[in-house]
Amino acid sequence: MSSAADAPRLVSAPGPLPASLQFNEEGRLRHLLSIEGLSRELITEILDTAESFASMNAQSVKKVPLLRGKTVVNLFFEASTRTRTTFELAAKRLSADVLNINISASATVKGESLLDTLRNLEAMYVDMFVVRHEASGAAHFIARHVAPHVSVLNAGDGRHAHPTQALLDMFTIRRHKGDFGALRVAIVGDILHSRVARSQIHALNILNTGEIRVIAPQSLLPAHVESLGVHVYNDIRAGLRDVDVVIMLRLQRERMEAGLLPSEHEFFQLYGLTQERLALAKPKCLVMHPGPANRGVEIDSRVADGPQSVILEQVTYGIAVRMAVMSMIMGGSVNP
Amino acid sequence: MKLLIDNARLLDPAQGVDRNTRIYIQKDMVVALDEAPEGFEPQRHIDAAGRLVIPGLVDLAARMREPGEEHKATIASETRAAASAGITTLCCPPDTGPPVDSPAEVELITRRAKQACGVRVHALGALTAGLGGEQLSEMAALKRAGVLGVSQALKPMASHLLLRRAMEYAASHELTVFLHPIDWSLNARGCVHEGPVGTRLGLPGIPEAAETAALGMILALSEQTGARVHLCRLSTTRAARLVARARVDGLPVSADVAAHQLFLTDMDVADFNTLCHVIPPLRSQRDRDGLRQAVAEGAVSAICSDHQPHEVDSKLAPFPETRPGISALETLLPLTLRLVEEGVLSLAEAIRRVTSNPAGILGLPVGTLAPGHRADLCIVDLDTPYTPEPGNWISQGRNSPFFGWEFRGRVTHTLVAGRVIHEQVSD
Repeated sequence: MSSAADAPRLVSAPGPLPASLQFNEEGRLRHLLSIEGLSRELITEILDTAESFASMNAQSVKKVPLLRGKTVVNLFFEASTRTRTTFELAAKRLSADVLNINISASATVKGESLLDTLRNLEAMYVDMFVVRHEASGAAHFIARHVAPHVSVLNAGDGRHAHPTQALLDMFTIRRHKGDFGALRVAIVGDILHSRVARSQIHALNILNTGEIRVIAPQSLLPAHVESLGVHVYNDIRAGLRDVDVVIMLRLQRERMEAGLLPSEHEFFQLYGLTQERLALAKPKCLVMHPGPANRGVEIDSRVADGPQSVILEQVTYGIAVRMAVMSMIMGGSVNP
Repeated sequence: MKLLIDNARLLDPAQGVDRNTRIYIQKDMVVALDEAPEGFEPQRHIDAAGRLVIPGLVDLAARMREPGEEHKATIASETRAAASAGITTLCCPPDTGPPVDSPAEVELITRRAKQACGVRVHALGALTAGLGGEQLSEMAALKRAGVLGVSQALKPMASHLLLRRAMEYAASHELTVFLHPIDWSLNARGCVHEGPVGTRLGLPGIPEAAETAALGMILALSEQTGARVHLCRLSTTRAARLVARARVDGLPVSADVAAHQLFLTDMDVADFNTLCHVIPPLRSQRDRDGLRQAVAEGAVSAICSDHQPHEVDSKLAPFPETRPGISALETLLPLTLRLVEEGVLSLAEAIRRVTSNPAGILGLPVGTLAPGHRADLCIVDLDTPYTPEPGNWISQGRNSPFFGWEFRGRVTHTLVAGRVIHEQVSD
């Protein structure tokens, strides 16, 4: 009979971690699934690359041949016009061929499994899937099972991650504020259901942001949200004091039905961003929103359209940032 | 058939026996230890030198998927896996398709089990018709058909009132009620423990209160009705403490834990590992440690496999869309023995929690090898390493997160009623 001392050590079950899944053997970005696992250097490199595309997008000839001959498939299992359009434009300006597939309306309703859908598309020699799916972890699942020649770009999975949105937000903040170390950033609203907030929090932490705050009632905060590296405020007046950037999140109607909030009216009363509340922040505080904004629910129109708002810039920069990510994943050279 | 097991180290916690002995088996019974009965001439002789003989394992929860989901597994396939793992008695939850809510399903399961390799298969009956949670099942008929208790499995009850009535009705038929302490409205659409890992992954969480709130209500109704309740698959330290207190207070309740809850935590889900998708979910390290303590102290008196075999496709999807459950018959004994290696339990106490304790919960005269009892036993070589992998796996469900783990201890023989139903071919 053997003793406990010479027992074999517990070996953890095999399986790659999200961080390693995103890179190839040479350590280059192969998929973009989550901000988690990216280094500060890599995020900076993406933002720098996006800078050059941003200036190009302002010119009359907006196309470069970086991804000529490549095929990008926008695989959207969840409806989205804005995000899909910016991905499509980004791919086209890099000269890739683009295919838009709205899955909710086709295969899965016929009982086809997600994996079968992927195999069929892979067989057509596509190079990248841009994936949006309602289930958290969907992009990881697809990345784990795609053929070696295909890359996956997460365009939003459940409540988990929306990395390109966070990157374009970082791009916008950097353009206006420069160094993150001195900044206080507040994220306001439905953190619980927000993949955007989770990715923003990771990105802000990786970029060593001075302070990150989340402002919401307890019913819209995920359990142990402070473990993500944020300070929690239930009161918007206290939370907005002296911040440099305020990011408002979209509040969806279903939240009232789920009993998380009494009404849109009370939410606006307590958490809506008004001019009076914005005055509590630093004088040049940026106002951001991933869109589409619910005016009068989370943000007052005068603020959304006001001088401190960069909401439309975010949309513009979204194309440059997505071009940067696509070219870094699929193209050899990263400079246009 | 007369059989002698020689040179055995017999470990039978129910008898308080741990010594080297000879075990004499005649027909289906252990007839003597140490000294041969008069005129006993064995037709077969097993030399168990250097090995351990223990009562066959009794598993409180193993889904066979038959009837209804034979593409996942069958009674034939899963009893073979059980036999290879030293399990001689197992108990099936009633959530088959159709559910076990009438004698017909009980008879079907009993018949299929008779045609299989010999492992004893018992069914629990449904607490409500069709497990719908709205109308009582015909419990008296189910009892006559042979169920060992009634259970609502993983289905909600329409109301607390109906649960109270069901418990009263079961109590009047002296049926143990097997209940999962899960408040399904608090459980909502959660698929992982509500904690930092779930928050980071953006997976809907299941709060601890989904278990403790349901448990508090069940304990109150047990006290009110006097129904004997067995609490299935605890997952939190707080629930284990509530059960411990209730037992001190004299309530007729017992509890079990799935073996995987004593080893895995929500950290194991951290890379969206769908093999670790289980209900109740894998919880925090603190919960895992608290459950271990409750098992050591006896408040949680049984360890079960919670075997849920699946076909590959059930786990090949984004995490929230996969089916929960682990194929676990073959890791029940290895994980239990590992608790001994890790200093949680003595060997005898560990074996008690997978043999005589669950037998007592089911009210079955198994789980001991005292003379006069049925010869359901297994022989274990504690020194042989065992690493589960697809190549040596027997269950039809290959959904185990324990592939690649290095265990020690291998079942070499399994006997049911004195008959060898599994014998490891030496390799």
